[in-house]
Amino acid sequence: MEFDSVFLSRMLTSLTLGFHIIFATIGVGVPVMISIAEYIGIKKNDPYYILLARRWARGFTITVAVGVVTGTSIGLQLSLLWPSFMKIAGQAISLPLFMETFAFFFEAIFLSIYLYTWDRFKKPIYHWLLSIPVVIGSSASAFFITTVNAFMNTPQGFELANGIITKLDPLKAMFNPATPTKTFHVLTSSYLTSAMILAAITAFAMIRGKRGVYEQKALKLTMVATLLFAAGTALAGDLSAKFLAKKQPEKLAAAEWHFETEKGADLILFGTLDKNTHNISNEIRIPKALSFLAGNSFETEVIGLDQIPKEEQPPLWIHYLFDLMVLIGFFTLFIAAVYLLLLKWKKGNPHNKPLLWAIVASGPLSMLAIEIGWIFAEVGRQPWILRGYMKVTNGATTANNVGSMLILFILLYIALATISSIVLNKMFKKKPAEVELNERYAHMISK
Amino acid sequence: MSTEILGITVLWLFLYGYVIVASIDFGAGFFAYYGKRTKKDHIINHIISRYLSPVWEVTNVFFVFFFVGLVGFFPDTAYYYGTALLVPGSIALILLAIRGSFYAFGNYGYKDNKLFLFLYGATGLLIPASLSMALTISEGGFIEIRGDQVVLLMKELFLSPYAWSVVFLAIVSVLFISASFLTYYADRANDIEAKQLIRKFALTWSGPTILASLFVFISLRAHNLRHFENAIDLWWMFALSFIFFVGAVYLIYKKKAYGTAFIFVMLQFFFAFFGYGASHLPYLLDPFITIYSGYTNETMGIALIIAFIAGLFLLIPSLFMLMRLFLFDAEYVKGRK
Repeated sequence: MEFDSVFLSRMLTSLTLGFHIIFATIGVGVPVMISIAEYIGIKKNDPYYILLARRWARGFTITVAVGVVTGTSIGLQLSLLWPSFMKIAGQAISLPLFMETFAFFFEAIFLSIYLYTWDRFKKPIYHWLLSIPVVIGSSASAFFITTVNAFMNTPQGFELANGIITKLDPLKAMFNPATPTKTFHVLTSSYLTSAMILAAITAFAMIRGKRGVYEQKALKLTMVATLLFAAGTALAGDLSAKFLAKKQPEKLAAAEWHFETEKGADLILFGTLDKNTHNISNEIRIPKALSFLAGNSFETEVIGLDQIPKEEQPPLWIHYLFDLMVLIGFFTLFIAAVYLLLLKWKKGNPHNKPLLWAIVASGPLSMLAIEIGWIFAEVGRQPWILRGYMKVTNGATTANNVGSMLILFILLYIALATISSIVLNKMFKKKPAEVELNERYAHMISK
Repeated sequence: MSTEILGITVLWLFLYGYVIVASIDFGAGFFAYYGKRTKKDHIINHIISRYLSPVWEVTNVFFVFFFVGLVGFFPDTAYYYGTALLVPGSIALILLAIRGSFYAFGNYGYKDNKLFLFLYGATGLLIPASLSMALTISEGGFIEIRGDQVVLLMKELFLSPYAWSVVFLAIVSVLFISASFLTYYADRANDIEAKQLIRKFALTWSGPTILASLFVFISLRAHNLRHFENAIDLWWMFALSFIFFVGAVYLIYKKKAYGTAFIFVMLQFFFAFFGYGASHLPYLLDPFITIYSGYTNETMGIALIIAFIAGLFLLIPSLFMLMRLFLFDAEYVKGRK
């Protein structure tokens, strides 16, 4: 079977991005958790929390390395695979791209300093202060790069004629209608996923019998963080849906199988679709909820696919992605709430096996939700690469060798994924937390 | 100064920064592997890893900065270079990915794993070779437009004496820059054994570096006469470069002022690099893109320059702090912190 460059370029881009966002998400969220843990540790003079920050930071070095190299890949691949697109977009969005690298630079410098100065300061709070620029840098780079993606969804701030951009307003392009909800959603969901993954690792250790003070404190901290970030993510998701209803109705309509424009539109959960008749069966239908989601009133009019030209409609399978992402989001919120209730309730046992297993599961599930959410967001704006301006087919490279490059990158990512998992695993098995605690902080525990 | 010239100068400065910091890094990887193979690793490898650990990630950013800036200031480059460099660019990316991640795997996970060290050392020489390809094709003659396709003429590239002389220069200068820096670093650490060994490397690679530069000049004359004649007009820059080279080698040979010697090496490459860049202008890709035809929107150009200056206010103090903590803190360099 022959594939054309457009298809192969899409595959290679999704592969690189799909692989990168695993590490990028960790890269944005874990510094926040490290910083919080170290701060609590210093304020309470509690060695457990400091050790927590230290061990997280150590594992973080591996994920950062993979994040940096895959980030470099996607940065350059934009030009290698989408030269015509970058020729246009380069004129309009190079400012946030440029600022993203600044933020990344800033983060890289302070992360290096942070990692190598644990015992160099007399006052531990000075070392903690170094984590602030790391958090600012990683979140700022997520913010800037997301504005670029937001621009591709709702381009504005320029006029385009014959491939030449005129009347450009860089700030208007950067702060386009999609920017607030998208960046908010990306940041909260990254924090949430990172907290959840750290919680999952701890819960897994507990299942395997390590139930010391270290693990209990780790789980409590990560679950409180999970609850807060999950609430933030839910709010961001709600705002995103309202944004879509207003500015990108075709994405919401395809996600909800909403064919006819109407007031009091129903929300459809799950179900199957007959491709020809557009009949939906096996669904759970919540009356008028879509209208409420779109505009906070059961009578809001929601634009349906009937108002979108056929060749500009996104594929209808994104409905499943949307459902799954939302479902996982609420699952993590629920798990965190149950854990904290059991912790508060005197007779409760927050460390029971079923709950621990649920926490273990929600780590990978959250990462899955990130992947699914991004696929939903990206496929949901098909066939556009620059919505309303340029279709994907016109942006791809005309070079012939994309297929062999795709194979090379598949091999690379398989190798990186395998080896980084082995290295991370070995890193923590070599020296368990209690051993390290006794080596480093014996004087603090005994008193 | 026009914003086009300002833009390309800013970018060239960053590429120069990358050439220096990446050379140190690439060369160090190679020396570390070489040390392991010849069982001299106990002498030099701790010095190398003490320097590299805190800075390898920062090195990578210089590169990202350059290509993001290039596409920002001159979007046409994305179209031509992007299409033509799909294969060499992807290979360079894979090498960079292997190098970056295996450094972390080797350093934080599996200390002294031979395979990891090999990958790290070998890619250190292959990456400069593959990246220098972009500079080669910028001279023109390696790209053809067929219909709406931009095609890289692989065969011409492979058979070109100019292309090979650039690859050769890239590799030997990496080794020379790196060795002269590490000599200084070992000297700071009072590590006499390491210093003696690396000093030898520096002297060994100084000759090939200057020879390779000559080759590049001669083959440039055959390949792109216009560029060659422009370079001759800027002869004083290359003369300065040569003087600093002689000064650096003299100091290293006489075993004194290694810090000054390394600054001389930096100046040597500064003048050669800027002489090369200035004589290349106005072309970014001969004959398809000049800095005027490929320039972005004026508004965006100015916005980028403002962002750049604001960014420098953030970066310079931070980089300064990084260097104070890890390069110029004698206690750290000696391994006591």
